[in-house]
Amino acid sequence: MSSPKSLPTLRARGAPLASPDAQRALLRSLPIAREFEDALGGPLRATRIDVMQINVGKLCNQTCRHCHVDAGPDRREVMSRETMQLCLDALARTDIPTVDITGGAPELTPHFRWLVEQVRALGRHVIDRCNLTILETPTHRDLPEFFAENRVEVVCSLPHYARLSTDRQRGDGVHERSIRALRRLNEVGYGDGRSGLRLVLVTNPVGAFLPGAQASLETEWKREMKQRHGVSFDALYTITNMPISRYLEWLESSGNLQRYLDALVAAFNPAAARGVMCRSTISIGWDGTLYDCDFNQMLEMPVHASAPRHVRDFDRGLLEARTIELDRHCFGCTAGAGSSCGGATT
Amino acid sequence: MHRPHYYDEHDLGRFGEVGENAPELSKKFFEWYGAVFADGALSAREKSLIALAVAHAVQCPYCIDAYSKDALEKGSDLDQMTEAVHVAAAIRGGASLVHGVQMRNKANGISM
Repeated sequence: MSSPKSLPTLRARGAPLASPDAQRALLRSLPIAREFEDALGGPLRATRIDVMQINVGKLCNQTCRHCHVDAGPDRREVMSRETMQLCLDALARTDIPTVDITGGAPELTPHFRWLVEQVRALGRHVIDRCNLTILETPTHRDLPEFFAENRVEVVCSLPHYARLSTDRQRGDGVHERSIRALRRLNEVGYGDGRSGLRLVLVTNPVGAFLPGAQASLETEWKREMKQRHGVSFDALYTITNMPISRYLEWLESSGNLQRYLDALVAAFNPAAARGVMCRSTISIGWDGTLYDCDFNQMLEMPVHASAPRHVRDFDRGLLEARTIELDRHCFGCTAGAGSSCGGATT
Repeated sequence: MHRPHYYDEHDLGRFGEVGENAPELSKKFFEWYGAVFADGALSAREKSLIALAVAHAVQCPYCIDAYSKDALEKGSDLDQMTEAVHVAAAIRGGASLVHGVQMRNKANGISM
């Protein structure tokens, strides 16, 4: 196992894999048993839109080694207030129940809090995908109270309940700061099972292997997080690492790429394929472009041309009738028990 | 057929071939094997750590490969896995040392 060291973003290093085209070309250059479309047995169609996922930008205070966004402190792509308003306008024209805000560290985007308040004013449920350490920065220490006031569901990344794996993936000291942040979320009522303030932890493998069984891990995590750290939470999601961006670079440089892709292909699960999140989600990029999911967004694969491709032209009917754009990375969501922003799909 | 070494990591993927001449026995083994590792009174993760330790005790390279990966997938980290290997090593070492009592019994029995 290589040393626990975070590198700058692919973009900052001028790495070839900073290019989405280069990422897709690398995946396409590998021999695999069958293509994703063949495994599915036909096109994949959207069903409905239950979740509007807004990626408000690539700016982040961390540079995690597996990040599919290539997010980091050097990234400057953040959603403007005007584009946020377009998202709100589209939301107001529909009854989409949930807005899932992600990044980067979404809280670093200048108008993040305004966006949350406006979505709540429309009566919709808000999820914030939080890296936890942002809550420990001087300018964001009041976020637990802000989240609680706005009944925001907080979905937090934590690779492991023990320090070693967390710091290997996310950087030295991240585990300790993450635990402190979780305790502060607990202090304002998150994760107590009674307040309705839902706190979810997300674990993804620290290496070239698939995640374990979600239900089994959740039982153990709840016990260990309580005993070791005095932290309570509501649910654990297991998420498979997608072979794109910085994780793709690590797979290739560590000699694990072919084996990992083979493992994803071999573990294709038709039941997981039926439940993939892209069928019930629309993903909006920092510039307002529409995608099937956050992974397609990072590969710059917008929604099918039969549907509007910018949030200003949001048409729920056309979007719900769209065909999903696919490529080899999609095997990441259909392996084993399946993987989505909501954890396992089976 | 010339093979350059006894152990080939790809042979692990051919484990099922051991049943070709005894399919019924093989079927029983793999069904039982799968049941053994399911969540029960012990979690699947704990069982995987035990398997990893036993793999080191019986020094099976296939098992070490398989259960190093399996232990990570089941949610163990390298600290926990290393402690499991030390458990195996302690039992192996202790098993040798405790036979020292037998040695002493024998030696004392035949000594003046």
